[in-house]
Amino acid sequence: MSAPLLEVEGLTKRFGGLVANEDVSFAVGEGEIVGLIGPNGAGKTTVFNSLAGFFAPSSGEIRLGGLPIAGLPPEAVAALGVARTFQIVRIFKSMTVLENAMVGAMLRHRAVPAAARLGYEMLRFTGLERRAHEPASRLTVAEQKRLEIARALATGPRLLLLDEVMAGLTPSEVQEAVEMVKRIRDRGIACVVVEHVMEGIMPIADRMLVLERGRKIAEGPPAAIASDPAVIAAYLGEEYRAPGA
Amino acid sequence: MRRRWAWPAAGAAAAAAAALFPLLVARPTWQNAAILMLMTAQLGVAWNVLGGYAGQVSLGHAAFFGTGAYVSTLLSLKLGVSPWLGMLAGGGTASLLALLVGWPCFRLKGHYFAMATIAVGEIVQALVNGWDALGGAVGFTLPLAESGFWGFVWGRSKLPYHYIALSLLLLTLLVNWAVARSRIGYYLRAIKDEPDAARSLGVSLTRYKLYAIAISSFLVATGGTLYAQKELFIDPGSTLSTSLSIKMALVAILGGVGTLGGPVLGAVVLTFIEEASRIVFGGTGRGTDLVVYGLLIVLIAVYQPAGIVGFLRARWPAREAEPRGAGARGEGAT
Repeated sequence: MSAPLLEVEGLTKRFGGLVANEDVSFAVGEGEIVGLIGPNGAGKTTVFNSLAGFFAPSSGEIRLGGLPIAGLPPEAVAALGVARTFQIVRIFKSMTVLENAMVGAMLRHRAVPAAARLGYEMLRFTGLERRAHEPASRLTVAEQKRLEIARALATGPRLLLLDEVMAGLTPSEVQEAVEMVKRIRDRGIACVVVEHVMEGIMPIADRMLVLERGRKIAEGPPAAIASDPAVIAAYLGEEYRAPGA
Repeated sequence: MRRRWAWPAAGAAAAAAAALFPLLVARPTWQNAAILMLMTAQLGVAWNVLGGYAGQVSLGHAAFFGTGAYVSTLLSLKLGVSPWLGMLAGGGTASLLALLVGWPCFRLKGHYFAMATIAVGEIVQALVNGWDALGGAVGFTLPLAESGFWGFVWGRSKLPYHYIALSLLLLTLLVNWAVARSRIGYYLRAIKDEPDAARSLGVSLTRYKLYAIAISSFLVATGGTLYAQKELFIDPGSTLSTSLSIKMALVAILGGVGTLGGPVLGAVVLTFIEEASRIVFGGTGRGTDLVVYGLLIVLIAVYQPAGIVGFLRARWPAREAEPRGAGARGEGAT
């Protein structure tokens, strides 16, 4: 077995006196889907921001393919193959749908026509090709979330960080999103998925990580996580019972 | 499909009208106003690369305009270098100054960046004012002696200046168009819309903002050289003042930021307003233009943030999906 794609060791992030992440360690293998769950304020998005270069960790190591990336700026991390979406969508509103995807594609395709071809291909992958020439601001929120995924995929990542892409979607839209994450994995791209929608993440995750108050309190296959008393007490509550447990 | 040709056709018609104007209108004051209009438009288009596409509102661009005027003038007076070469040297110097100034200023966001650029403009003006080797507050007068193309001086006729100003405007529009369609243009608009999302896609904010300010300041500086050669007199008040910086921003904002033709429309409207206020209030209108600028800024901010182009797009929305997207107030259209 080769070294994992992403290794996080002892990741700690403090904001003044507040400890957002404390001693978080985990690894993500090539083409793996890892779910990251936990109550609001547990520090999930902080982990993402550290992985994507938006925060410099207070201490700890982050390695991508063995290369240390902690503290690099977001643009450098993106160039090394980490792409992300945002919890609150941040599409380029003055552009068309296709132009949004093209900005992502331009990371590895400098020529505009090549970027347009790849951008269009990613729109097809996310089912947005019929809206390609419309202003991006005219998309629904669910479509804007798909556009963020198309744009991120267009950068040609090895690791994709998805931040609550299923929140606020209808059950059928959640199903579509689940299928899409699987198809992304099938392209050989590893996914770390922050999600509150358990029906969305439990069936597809190879592994789940649970954060509470900045610390990792559990890690394991979805079925084990769903029946873990500590996780139920901290987050899931009595309501969610694992389908297979 | 018909709409796709509406804007280019209007642009070609405007260019033709601008080319014919001095042949049809002989009165010198009107000819002079037309040259000023073209020069103002060129500055607005140049400003727009940074302020419009990248969304970095600079209120210190007079520093680059002055750099163009002073570098070509000094090279011509002290070393006898042709102002055409001086124009390129002035542009290069302005770009260097812009990179130097941009490096720290681009760490600031939004209004703070705008305030820092005002400070830069004021500092450069104060510096030149007190520096005797740069002419101090007195400035420089260029000799009328060497008339002709290579000397960039014409005593008798205003016509050459008109066509140089028009050519410079068209060239600046061409650069603007090419930038907007390139990767840099896409990145600048991404930076303006959502800087964090742009970074997550591998866009270095500082690097692309520096590209924008280098291009913008070079083009503004060429306008400075043209001004110096047309007026044959420069001083800090006429080439480095903050009101000149505001004027560049204003024509772009009035016409429509981040659009190709917007600043040209803005320059046409602003020049008409200025000339009218000069006729009504008399004198050089030093005080009244500031009142007009202030009033226009308030009106645009309240009623039409997308400028004249935004207003036109809202009146006549494109049926086909247009490449730049609808104006900021698309839903207000009937």
